[in-house]
Amino acid sequence: MRAAHFCGSCGKVQPPAPVDYFTFFGLPPKLNLDVAALEKDFYELSRRLHPDLNATAGSEEQQWSLEQSSMLNDAYRTLRDPIKRTGYLLHLEGVALEEQSKSATEQARATGEIKKQIVPADLLEEVFELNLELEELRMNRNMGEDDPALVAEIGKQKLALESKHEALLDELRKCWAAWDSLIDRSQAGSAEERAQVTGKMVDVLNRRNYIRNLVRDVNAALES
Amino acid sequence: MDHIVGIDLGTTNSLVAFMEGETPVVIPGDDGSNLLPSVVALDGNSQPVIGNAARRHLIETPERAVYSIKRLMGRGVEDIQDELKLFPFRMAEDLQPGEVLRIKLGEKTFTPPEISALILRQLKRNAERYFGGPVTKAVITVPAYFNDAQRQATKDAGRIAGLDVLRLVNEPTAASLAYGLDKKQNGIVAVYDLGGGTFDISILKLHDGIFEVIATNGDTHLGGDDIDNLLITIALDDIRGDLGLDLRRKAEAVQAIRQAVIEAKIALSSQAGVKLDIELPAGKRYQREITREQFEQLIQPIIERTAGPCKQAMKDAGLKPEQIDEVVLVGGSTRIPKVRALVKELFHREPHTDLNPDEVVALGAAVQANILGGGSQATENMLLLDVTPLSLGIEVAGGVTDKIILRNSTIPASATQFYTTQVDGQANVAIHVLQGERELAKDCRSLARFDLKGIPPMAAGIPRVEVKFLIDANGILHVSAREQRSGKEAEIQVQPSYGLTDEQVEGMILDSFDNAEEDFRRRQLIEARNEAATILAALEKGKKSAAWGVLTTDEKKQIAKMEKALAAVHAEDDYAAIRKAIDALNQGTMRLAELMMDTAVSTALKGKSMDEADLGEGPTAPHPMAKAEFE
Repeated sequence: MRAAHFCGSCGKVQPPAPVDYFTFFGLPPKLNLDVAALEKDFYELSRRLHPDLNATAGSEEQQWSLEQSSMLNDAYRTLRDPIKRTGYLLHLEGVALEEQSKSATEQARATGEIKKQIVPADLLEEVFELNLELEELRMNRNMGEDDPALVAEIGKQKLALESKHEALLDELRKCWAAWDSLIDRSQAGSAEERAQVTGKMVDVLNRRNYIRNLVRDVNAALES
Repeated sequence: MDHIVGIDLGTTNSLVAFMEGETPVVIPGDDGSNLLPSVVALDGNSQPVIGNAARRHLIETPERAVYSIKRLMGRGVEDIQDELKLFPFRMAEDLQPGEVLRIKLGEKTFTPPEISALILRQLKRNAERYFGGPVTKAVITVPAYFNDAQRQATKDAGRIAGLDVLRLVNEPTAASLAYGLDKKQNGIVAVYDLGGGTFDISILKLHDGIFEVIATNGDTHLGGDDIDNLLITIALDDIRGDLGLDLRRKAEAVQAIRQAVIEAKIALSSQAGVKLDIELPAGKRYQREITREQFEQLIQPIIERTAGPCKQAMKDAGLKPEQIDEVVLVGGSTRIPKVRALVKELFHREPHTDLNPDEVVALGAAVQANILGGGSQATENMLLLDVTPLSLGIEVAGGVTDKIILRNSTIPASATQFYTTQVDGQANVAIHVLQGERELAKDCRSLARFDLKGIPPMAAGIPRVEVKFLIDANGILHVSAREQRSGKEAEIQVQPSYGLTDEQVEGMILDSFDNAEEDFRRRQLIEARNEAATILAALEKGKKSAAWGVLTTDEKKQIAKMEKALAAVHAEDDYAAIRKAIDALNQGTMRLAELMMDTAVSTALKGKSMDEADLGEGPTAPHPMAKAEFE
């Protein structure tokens, strides 16, 4: 059931209800999602909620239109992207996804918390070596030199990382299926069942983010 | 209904347009020109002159004139040092750091929004002259890559000019509206907009009337101005070397050179070569040939700077050049063949050049104005979904930017952050809002500093202040805060890093010397008086007609009463009263008018010519006593 964005009798824009993004679009909290249908819905709702089309309405209605359409945009942006969608669902389930970002590290440092060690254990050695190689590459570049053998080696590792990334996305899709089948059950799964799936998703997402950042670093080093 | 106009407030030229029926049209100035040069000067009586009239001052009294003011909108004194080397902006001497810039024009000083407001007011007057009525609402375009402060400054300028700015629209997006109005096609369109002072690239998805911006990028300090400045520098160097004349500080001479190189630049778009011939002080002349080849080599580094933003925008949109169906060129600088060649190279296709690059942004603004006003048949189903060009972030511990709304997010967009206290009983929390893509706060643009005040006394870490950041459809940030445990709205004190406060804007509003509205009311009153005189005269004639005798005594009494009422107010200054009396008398003499018409018809049937019929002259239309027309 979609949230009531409009007045049932007069069709005017209503103040936004405090609902989650899935409910905003009238969707069950499932991770497999028809993005084309979502886009169609997004356009349709934009045509009614956007401030440009309510510019001649009363000031209260204009404010509601602004709030509603910002929520529509936020919801669409989050749900159409599979990774963001998964992260959002985890957030709804009360699971914190450890961030890889620099700001998260800085924040953890500032508050004196120990940031969770999230370099996947099986990758530690590999990553250590890759970082050394990247460092060497940067130094070479700074000196204006180039080591084709090193570049080739890093390129090979990059390909390996990319295929790992693909594999993790496959794993993530399996998690989606597991989650969606829980939602399809009448009770939407027990707390333990849900925690089991979300725990797995957190693990896969963290690994995936880690690998993605590595690929990004490698690309940056190769392009520099 | 009120006319909502669309305004392109450009670095070099400004335009005003509106939707006439189903077509957007540019409203010309009283000199018949569609383009109003964005030049402001003070005349000998300290009165502002704008446009072509002000251009004369650029050469004769350059210290009383200013151009390219758009470059200074929303900027602080510390970030315009480069501009000051290239542009003859004269800053007020008593400028304090952190203060809004003030430019000296003769004996007065003006902030950039005030100077822009003078240009806007001129456009407003042009539109008022065209419509014969006041214009108070407008859509104004801004470069897509304008940050919050630059947008706010533009909005302030509108307010100072007495305009209610209904929407700020990004220039390339506006251009796409004008483009899409013609070509009702779905597909991916890139708009490459190289104007006088700014460069934007926007990539849009056109889908059944929805114009969805997917990615935008640009450089707010890149445009034709840079080419002009390069040519001026070369000329000045030449003159110093060859003639031993240092003209760098001679504003009049620099302006004369500027005019000449601009003309040369324009000519080089259609000619293979051009000869500069400039008269200099002390009877000297500067002459130099420039071939198009030389020109293209010179400007290569400047136009090359547009490539990076284009590639980044395509990357952000996740598109390859082949996936873009059309590239639309906007801005006067896209007339340069070398620029067109670069665009072709970047997007692997010939650009679309059918649109007038000077006017298309204003025309698009008129389309958006029409949509905001409720739309028409032409704009039915049209909706613009634009994005924020820059990420919005918050400074967190360690001077790091924590991005909370990413660039290219569809606007309106929002983000919610939670804050708490670090000390028991702490009542305030300071928040620093930033805009930009860099990791460190010091490398991003400071938007504003907020103080959350009045947090109820609690132990450290207990309060939970919810701060909502919302970027509206103009791309301007709004912030609201609430302490969740107490439910109290937290007070926010906004200290914009660059820009005017509400009070300052209020004090600058031009109505003290903006007489457009007053003029209009005056004109309205005079017209009503004339109409009253005409209808009274027509009635006098009517009384002598045969039809008058047919009226009942009562009807005649009524008419006499209304006639007296109109005569009593018609010389007064009360427009509403005169209008009311005219309307009443019009109503009251309806039957008289009909009878007169009947008489006229029957007279005509009797074989008399119309001229002989005693019709009286009748007032001008649309009065019911108007002379009947016969075919």
